[in-house]
Amino acid sequence: MRPRTRTRALPALGLALIMFLTACGGAGEVGDGADVDLDVAPGVTDDAVVIGSHQPLTGPAAPGYLAVSQGAAAVFDHVNAQGGVNGRSIDYRVEDDAYDPSQTIDVTRQLVIEDEIFAMVGGLGTPTHSGVLDYLNEEGVPDIFPSSGALAWNNPDEHPLTYGWQTDYTKEAKIQGAYIAEHFAGQGVGYLYQNDDIGEDSQAGLDQYLTDDVVARQHYESEVADLSSQMAELERSGAEVVVCSCIPAFVALGMLEAARIGYEPQWMVSSIGGDTTTLQALLAEFTQDTDAEGVPADTFLDDMLITTYMPRVEDEDDEWGRFFLAIYEEYGEGGPVTNTHVFGMTQAVMFAQVLMSAGEDLTRRSLIEAMDEQEWRGPGSVPFSSSDGDHGGHEGVYVVQYQEGGAIEMVQEPRVTDREGGAIEETDFEPLMPEELPFHD
Amino acid sequence: MSQPTVRRETPTDPVGSDPAPRHTRRSALPLPVRHLLLAALGLAAVAGLLLVTGDLTALRLAAVGYTMLAVAGLQLLVGASGQVSLGHGAFMMIGAYAMALLVLHQPMLPLAVNLAIIVVVSVVAGIAVGAATARLHGPYLAGATLILAVGLPGLAHRYHDVLGGSNGLNIRTAGAPPFLQGLVSTSEWRALVVWTTVVLGLALLATLSAGRLGRRMRAIRDDETAAAMAGVPVGGTKVVAFVIASTAGGLAGGLQAYVLGTVTPGSFTLVLSLTLLAALVMGGIGSLWGALWAAIAIVYLQIWATDLARALNLSRDVENNLPIVFFGVVLILVLRFWPLGVHGALHSLRARLRARES
Repeated sequence: MRPRTRTRALPALGLALIMFLTACGGAGEVGDGADVDLDVAPGVTDDAVVIGSHQPLTGPAAPGYLAVSQGAAAVFDHVNAQGGVNGRSIDYRVEDDAYDPSQTIDVTRQLVIEDEIFAMVGGLGTPTHSGVLDYLNEEGVPDIFPSSGALAWNNPDEHPLTYGWQTDYTKEAKIQGAYIAEHFAGQGVGYLYQNDDIGEDSQAGLDQYLTDDVVARQHYESEVADLSSQMAELERSGAEVVVCSCIPAFVALGMLEAARIGYEPQWMVSSIGGDTTTLQALLAEFTQDTDAEGVPADTFLDDMLITTYMPRVEDEDDEWGRFFLAIYEEYGEGGPVTNTHVFGMTQAVMFAQVLMSAGEDLTRRSLIEAMDEQEWRGPGSVPFSSSDGDHGGHEGVYVVQYQEGGAIEMVQEPRVTDREGGAIEETDFEPLMPEELPFHD
Repeated sequence: MSQPTVRRETPTDPVGSDPAPRHTRRSALPLPVRHLLLAALGLAAVAGLLLVTGDLTALRLAAVGYTMLAVAGLQLLVGASGQVSLGHGAFMMIGAYAMALLVLHQPMLPLAVNLAIIVVVSVVAGIAVGAATARLHGPYLAGATLILAVGLPGLAHRYHDVLGGSNGLNIRTAGAPPFLQGLVSTSEWRALVVWTTVVLGLALLATLSAGRLGRRMRAIRDDETAAAMAGVPVGGTKVVAFVIASTAGGLAGGLQAYVLGTVTPGSFTLVLSLTLLAALVMGGIGSLWGALWAAIAIVYLQIWATDLARALNLSRDVENNLPIVFFGVVLILVLRFWPLGVHGALHSLRARLRARES
């Protein structure tokens, strides 16, 4: 026992803490970052350009989103097979973050520092990508098309190098709300939403058109795979239309639960949950070993309304849809092509397109300038914004209705709007066809 | 679960210095000073490593640092006092959210003050949980702490407005102070801050573990009744051990939030708690050094496994899932051949070498 000496540790500890105190001011007081140098081209050689992405390849989010990077990789393979872009092949490096933000931070640094990527393309997820948003902008890495509909990506003042892609949740919800107000006037509307920014931003849009008709607001947590109380409450409140701002697993769960209690509302599903191929697979999986086993998944999906902005593979008349099917047939990893694949494929086509516009003398600055000046003509069916001051990506959605048996019908042409209180407007936007759009040599 | 393995190692030594008192100049120094010297050495080593490596390594070294602190707290609890906690990740979550909320709502507070507040918060949380669980032991205690790990992330959803739901909170913290700008990068500065806190914390843990409290804990671990009859306050000591462990966990969580700038409930699931415990067993449950090997394993095994899979040109599916399998296989192999973990293996290796010398 040396009681006297042990107490000496305390003053020493105190001294160290005081040194800390003097060494730094407020921990949360952040100055403006220095200007980043964009006249550089890491990852670019005469015949290749390295780009990176963080995606959930393992873990609970992987089954839903693995398809995004598979789709993108297939398109980049196709582009490379045609001779690349401006003579350079695209080296697409995907790192697994398991949808865990702490891993996203690690793999993003690995991509930027070790792989020396030229740009980050399609980093997936709101919680995950939020953690690297500042880092990418501070390091001067162009952050092209994060795969999420969060409003945070469209903030050019703070994050000038980040360019949103997905129609954000508020814009989409405004158009959904207006559609319901027009076609289901006077009917009770129930919201079912994921309890994070998806739900928050979606309600901000829906409420602009539906306030008086809303009879129930039910949320779910993505960790809890049970919707029985939510669906019971929606039925009890007399909601005849259910707007589902949900990911596919919870659309499927909600539909099954509704069928179980004999509740048949009109479903309106956001683009994030409206991938019918994925829904069919999920429904088939969820009905296994239950009373509903053997009931075709399509019966649940019949009449469902979906808002979307991308080409759709179910639609045989959609040229881009057919084109993507052919590409995936040749370069993909097998299995059915879902609209989640199309998500990644559309992103990849658009990135290749802007890389083309950036010219042969490729630097990060020329890429950013190309982003700002690009006149987007597809593959998406709605106008796309990436110019100064608005990095919002797709500006609106169109509405389709799914019929049992696989037929899909466009019930409302594309309309565009903003994320504030602006009006919803029709648009005469026409995407170019696959063979007309320049995105490879 | 760990008791039989721990008992075999006599006497448990926190810093891995020689078990038999050899009268060298080193042992003439009082223990806390020796630990602080060792801490300074450790910090110097980390600083040296930072000098020769880049930003990515700085981030990973910082991760090794805070993980090590968390595991060291767990070592004191499980290895020394024999209480099994499956809820250690929950205390990391408390610390991480405390840091995020402090930075968001009180941005003018210096980091050291934030860390001090986190210590206070963790102590309070530790007392609350420890007092409730001190009467439990073995599987009952494990079960009770399991509830924490499972339940606490739910709070982030319940109080969505304050804690940000499943998207969590994002914070930006100040980088290196102005006079060091250009000399160290932000990541390196953060790694240094983390390691300074960590080595101080470890020195304190080592000192406590070697002193009266450590002896009492080991007495309770080996036989509660005998300890009580010898006059050791069983309940109090258990609670104190729990509080120390939760404080180390909370501080580690706070440092993690500081380094990563983001906290989400998804990072603090039961998997984290179980990983910490499994890694501790692998690193060596009988010594604080085990925490170092455990932290390195948690941070680097996955990276090495991915590199290995790429070098072997395995398919994407294998590559993605190999890290998890690799961790499991290494854990099983280590425990099969070195039941005392990596540290136990190194310890016996050194003993054998010394025996050959003499």
